[in-house]
Amino acid sequence: MSANSIYKPQSPIMQWLERRLPIAGLVYSSFIVYPTPRNLNYWWTFGGILTFMLGAQMVTGIVLAMHYTPHVDLAFNSIESIMRDVNYGWLLRYLHSNGASFFFVAVYAHIIRGMYYGSYKDPREVLWILGVILFLLMVVTGFMGYVLPWGQMSFWAATVITNLFSAIPWVGDPIVTWLWGGFAVGNPTLNRFYSLHYLLPFVIAGVVVLHVWALHMVGQNNPTGVEPKAEKDTVAFTPYATVKDAFFIGVFCLFLAWFVFYIPNYLGHSDNYIPANPGQTPTHIVPEWYYLPFYAILRAIPNKLLGVIALLASIVLLAFLPWLDTSRVRSANYRPLYRQFLIVFFLVVIGLGYLGSQPPEGGYVIAARILTAYYFVFLLIILPLLGLFETTKPLPNSISEAVLPAGASAPPPAGAKV
Amino acid sequence: MNAHRSIVIAAALAASLAAPALQPALAQEAENPPKQTWSFHGPFGMYDPGQLQRGFKIYREVCSSCHSLKLLAFRNLADPGGPQFSEAQAAAIASSFQVTAGPNDQGEMFQRPGKLADYFPPPFPNDQAARNANGGALPPDMSVLAKARGFEVGFPWFIINAFTQYQEQGPDYIHGILTGYEEHPPAGVTLPPGAQYNKYFPGHAIGMPKPLSDGQVEYTDGTPATADQYAKDIAAFLMWAAEPKLDERKRLGFQVFIFLIVLTGLLYFSKKKVWHDIHHPEAAEGPRA
Repeated sequence: MSANSIYKPQSPIMQWLERRLPIAGLVYSSFIVYPTPRNLNYWWTFGGILTFMLGAQMVTGIVLAMHYTPHVDLAFNSIESIMRDVNYGWLLRYLHSNGASFFFVAVYAHIIRGMYYGSYKDPREVLWILGVILFLLMVVTGFMGYVLPWGQMSFWAATVITNLFSAIPWVGDPIVTWLWGGFAVGNPTLNRFYSLHYLLPFVIAGVVVLHVWALHMVGQNNPTGVEPKAEKDTVAFTPYATVKDAFFIGVFCLFLAWFVFYIPNYLGHSDNYIPANPGQTPTHIVPEWYYLPFYAILRAIPNKLLGVIALLASIVLLAFLPWLDTSRVRSANYRPLYRQFLIVFFLVVIGLGYLGSQPPEGGYVIAARILTAYYFVFLLIILPLLGLFETTKPLPNSISEAVLPAGASAPPPAGAKV
Repeated sequence: MNAHRSIVIAAALAASLAAPALQPALAQEAENPPKQTWSFHGPFGMYDPGQLQRGFKIYREVCSSCHSLKLLAFRNLADPGGPQFSEAQAAAIASSFQVTAGPNDQGEMFQRPGKLADYFPPPFPNDQAARNANGGALPPDMSVLAKARGFEVGFPWFIINAFTQYQEQGPDYIHGILTGYEEHPPAGVTLPPGAQYNKYFPGHAIGMPKPLSDGQVEYTDGTPATADQYAKDIAAFLMWAAEPKLDERKRLGFQVFIFLIVLTGLLYFSKKKVWHDIHHPEAAEGPRA
């Protein structure tokens, strides 16, 4: 494989180009011969799915922007006009709104994969931190997009979330006024959210380039967490990873199509089909489902400032996972205790999501506090201690030893001939 | 044993989750309206043009005296996937409405019969006039009403609904409200002046008087002229008003599914073939290689 890893253009045109801009060589080394561990499972396809979804959101979003009007008096009806009068406008809009949800489905699967197989550990810390930055950018972009239809939930979500900044001591209120561009959520707020909602996806695309760059420096992790040592531990990106990713993107699109074509409003809130009315507060203000766990953490803390800090910490702490997790073993498959605590952690996040959708009263508050406590205890106490006390299972010597039948000699990669 | 500790934690967490679920939700007051059968339910469900035409008749003769339908134009009545009036019928309906147009060369606004391109004229010139005529309550615009109303179904139904494609909370709610009036509120319930008791309305005190009674609107196609049937027909019409591209969406959806299933199937078998020698290294060394 190493013999093939340098791109040697055949045609004179490509030879001419390669001497001036080695872009074909970059593609060749990054997406054709790039070695990927042979034992990757389908959890590793979500990176490709996320790239696909980012592209899909940008394409649908740019066309939607051609028809949308960012003005408090016109925004709601301009979206209804997209639904009624623009050719396939309903399809673009439902693809974009459900696409946002499925973007988050994919990113959560991607994060779960990273945590389960310890993909954040040395030497992949920067890769992981870039991922947390990408997630934060997605959260901000998604939130601003939700405000644009200017329905009741749009308006009140914008009001609640921007008001969180008022918890900052001394400068909180001026910051909120500055964010709003006025003394309440209004037309300047909608305009700047629209502008930023258009800008941030390109920032995300830029950080994705860094994320992929960092990935290609250190190589992919794999279910054993043992680094590839020999050529037989890996296969070429194309065709192996390409065809596998393409297949799972197809499966993912089937799920997306189910929502877009048959239950397009299932993930939304009916109140967002009521035009924004600053004089009338909805009975329950709830964010989109993908923010519910963080919303539950925010509401679980009785003090507003501490609640906002907990909300931020719940995401920012993830960036410190490479150092909070003290174990040298990557994959949870070889860490029986970590595996159990981690699965409980994932269930806790789902539980928090449910509690975030419920009114903050009675038993729901108590449950949210218990689950919030576990969230932080897991990250700050259990993770550092586990690495010190846990007895891990013996690791395989190599990827090939883990997946190939004993005694099998290394075959030449069949893909070289394909 | 350390391994047991995490199981204990998991059990405690599960209990803390289940506890609030056992007590009735405090914020939930109104009973959920019963599910109706809708022609537009499910992957192949489409609107019934006859039902939409009856629903339009009810909107015109009953609802339109208070409720606007601002986002719909008369031309929409002849759209495919709608009530499917002929263009001549839709134009005749349009011309029976007076719409405000202008200003003319003298700078005056004037009334003229509606055209296909005109939007349904609202019954009141503004929200204040609407409130003034309705005892302070504002009759909501009906253009997207069927998507703007719903009710919580709770766990596990909200998950089951994703599989059964239940998307008809809006029409079920509208049908429920229209048939949920009770002349005498339950003992101990006092209503504010001018309000009616409705068992499906959140808070039960609804400003709108009971709008539909048996025999109120004449049906010429043999459909029973009952309040229950009226409620179904107007709810279906309002669902179309809110989601006029539903038929087109489901038709395209079916084609997309066929395409995606074939494509994904081909990719699956491509993947299997490409990976075969990796998963079966012993075969690669044999004659096949």
